[in-house]
Amino acid sequence: MAPTDTISAPQLYLQSLSRWSAIEIAFWLATLLPFFLFPNYLSLASQIAITALFALSLDLILGYAGVVSLGHAAFFGIGAYSAGLFSKFVWGEPFSGLLVAALLAGLAGYATSFIICRFRHLTLIMLTLGLGLLAFEVANSAHWLTGGSDGLQGVRIRPLFGIFKFDLYGYTAYSYSLTALFLFFLGMRRLVNSPFGLALRGIRENLVRMPAIGAASRAHIRKAYTIAATVAGIAGALLTQTTESAALESISFQRSADVLVMLVLGGAGRLYGGLIGAIIFMIARDQFSGIAPQYWYFWIGILLIVVVMLLPNGILGGLSKILARWRRK
Amino acid sequence: MEAEVTEIVLSTRRLDKNFGSLVVARNIELNLPKGARYALIGPNGAGKTTLINLMTGMLKPNAGQIFLGGEDVTALEPQERVQRGLARTFQINTLFPGLNALEAVTLAVCERRNIAGEFWRNVAVHREAIEEAHDILVRLRLGDSCYQVTRELPYGRQRLLEIALALATKPKVLLLDEPAAGVPQEESGDIFEAVASLSDDLTLLFIEHDMHVVFRFASHIIVLVGGAIFTEGPPAEIAADPGVREVYLGKRKHG
Amino acid sequence: MLPPVFGVLFDGIAYGMLLFVLSVGLSVTLGLMNFVNLAHCAFAMLGGYLTATLVNDFNWSFFATLPVAFIAAATASIAFERVFYRRLYRASDLDQVLLTIGIAFVSVAIAAYLFGTAQQPIQTPPLLRGAVNFLGLSLGKYRLFLIGIALVVTILLVVGIEYTRFGAQVRAAVDNQRMAGGLGINVERTFAVTFALGSGLAGLGGALAIEIVGLDPNFSFIYLVYVLIIVSVGGLGSIAGSFAAAILIGVSDIAGKYYFPELGAFLIYLVMVVILMWRPAGLFGRR
Repeated sequence: MAPTDTISAPQLYLQSLSRWSAIEIAFWLATLLPFFLFPNYLSLASQIAITALFALSLDLILGYAGVVSLGHAAFFGIGAYSAGLFSKFVWGEPFSGLLVAALLAGLAGYATSFIICRFRHLTLIMLTLGLGLLAFEVANSAHWLTGGSDGLQGVRIRPLFGIFKFDLYGYTAYSYSLTALFLFFLGMRRLVNSPFGLALRGIRENLVRMPAIGAASRAHIRKAYTIAATVAGIAGALLTQTTESAALESISFQRSADVLVMLVLGGAGRLYGGLIGAIIFMIARDQFSGIAPQYWYFWIGILLIVVVMLLPNGILGGLSKILARWRRK
Repeated sequence: MEAEVTEIVLSTRRLDKNFGSLVVARNIELNLPKGARYALIGPNGAGKTTLINLMTGMLKPNAGQIFLGGEDVTALEPQERVQRGLARTFQINTLFPGLNALEAVTLAVCERRNIAGEFWRNVAVHREAIEEAHDILVRLRLGDSCYQVTRELPYGRQRLLEIALALATKPKVLLLDEPAAGVPQEESGDIFEAVASLSDDLTLLFIEHDMHVVFRFASHIIVLVGGAIFTEGPPAEIAADPGVREVYLGKRKHG
Repeated sequence: MLPPVFGVLFDGIAYGMLLFVLSVGLSVTLGLMNFVNLAHCAFAMLGGYLTATLVNDFNWSFFATLPVAFIAAATASIAFERVFYRRLYRASDLDQVLLTIGIAFVSVAIAAYLFGTAQQPIQTPPLLRGAVNFLGLSLGKYRLFLIGIALVVTILLVVGIEYTRFGAQVRAAVDNQRMAGGLGINVERTFAVTFALGSGLAGLGGALAIEIVGLDPNFSFIYLVYVLIIVSVGGLGSIAGSFAAAILIGVSDIAGKYYFPELGAFLIYLVMVVILMWRPAGLFGRR
């Protein structure tokens, strides 16, 4: 920017839309609390951070580009198994494992994006479901590679930077996952406020209008899908590295469905929706871990019905409506 | 009219379209010279919007060709035609309900400037694009509502935003589909002033039902009936044409 | 003497016929109302558990329970349509998916609570036990019955759609809702009745399924996947499409499990993905 440039009013306005609010800063400070207040729950905190990252990646395609995916766990699982196999057959250094997982998941995302970008509605839903189920079956059948239903054995992760070991206490695990979550969140925040983010919102708001303003929607969707797959892969790799195991669960329909529920619960298309949803869902599941799975899903079912009928934009949507009404007073 | 060599910016040759036995476009041949103000009129169901859909690429013709500035664009996707200077507005508002007006037009400008793929910088750094968007909105008298979310804009303003979005693509040819459709009398003046203020370099084809508007703005009228061009000519001729009257007013028995 | 492949074919066709009865309702209502009803198999489950209860606990004849299963599922669907579905006809795909998945989750939990998680036992009616020998093949009587019922259902559906006034209304509403409404067709009522019929058929399918594939609370989801595959492969709103797709999927699944057991369910997912990429609207779908 030239030194004499003053910022114009419209520019200022658009800039203001992406300013950090006090609540946001408070939220991120609060994520440090588990270190002090809940030191026995750091493993759970680490899992929550990982799941939140996964939910964030789904938000990019679902909340921003409007692609309903019932098979996003395919990329999470690819990342998880890649990191595991990398540590088993190459070496256990975590950062390079993350890189490999990101690459492989990203490639898978890029390849499938060519299929995905051409369809909408039921066909798209079914394709994502079918591709996700296919990925699961491949992982299941290739038990010589993945360990099948027994899971991947022999994953050993080296200490971070050579110093910080991954142990049962979870300090390293939570620091690692939380940092990854924060960094990718920053990236996602940038993306959402960029011209590309605007284009994705345009696609979500009115796909028909996009070609009429000269937009190549399919190319945009492919890009978003690839990025989302990469981030999902990283989340999967984090899970493998912090738990030193990789299992079929990571690539299952269950995981795809759960992350969808979390995102909807928190509110899709709001950056923080996936994070909030993941926190609430995972804590609740931990608290109710005693009950049989079908009863857990009973309450999830009720929750979904309530959210769809009464709170269509999730918890954050409901809150922002209340806030708007309160501001108008 | 005179033996001027005017550049033809948009033309169609033998354009045909049918859905099974339903023919919606029949051997359409039209030529739009640069700077023209052409009106497309005809009874309901004549195929006017269909013709726009064919020209913009939203519908694929069964036969025929479309030329934009001499280039055969028949095989091109809609967004490629927009990039080559052909824009349109929709008869029913086709806007981005959750974006505010400034965001919507900025998006269109970014797409045109090919920066919509950029995901690593805040959109606010693109001063020129934002200024351009803002200017378009101001020119269309939307300056003071540019921060309002589209779905909260009054209907008349939304119609203006329709035009703003099309203008943001810096078109050479603009196809307007009933720009004042549904807008109450008091506000339709704004819309037409906006249309009138458009540059003389810009070629316009607009679909309209209100004959006062047609006679006020059009230099040439094309009458479409049953998917085919019934007749065309300067307004005075068309007004006097008994065939046109019959098509619009004569046939007592309507379907 | 016919080679064993024909036995596999017969089983596949019988399975396909069952899947057809389960799926055709969803295909028509999806094509008609554009409403993604993932709770469809919950209605099937309702029919199934009702039949099992009536036969096991109240000594009803299996055949008598079939119409009851149909009616019960149809009635339940009317209630759901009134209370929930009606409000979401214009909602996004995602909202419809989530609501109906929620309903399906709740149904699974209720079934587990009332009936436990084990498979429901059912006594095959004596008339349908055993097999018929045909050219060296052993054709199960129950499977023959299944094919028979499915064919009767198909004929009734085709006749109903093509030759009755109601059928014409359905076809008109599928083609162009606004037009149909403009012509005086009560589109809302057409939806509700079609939806009830479709869910009723699902209930019937659920009752018929117990003998072939077993019934437990997970039925809602396991067969939902198959039904969705058939509906998307066959094409929304197409009875012929559902029929063709059901046979294709039924035979592929049985043949796949018989000849390539290591592949598991891989084959049908692959079939679905390939067909959808080739024909996104399904084999017989429009658009």
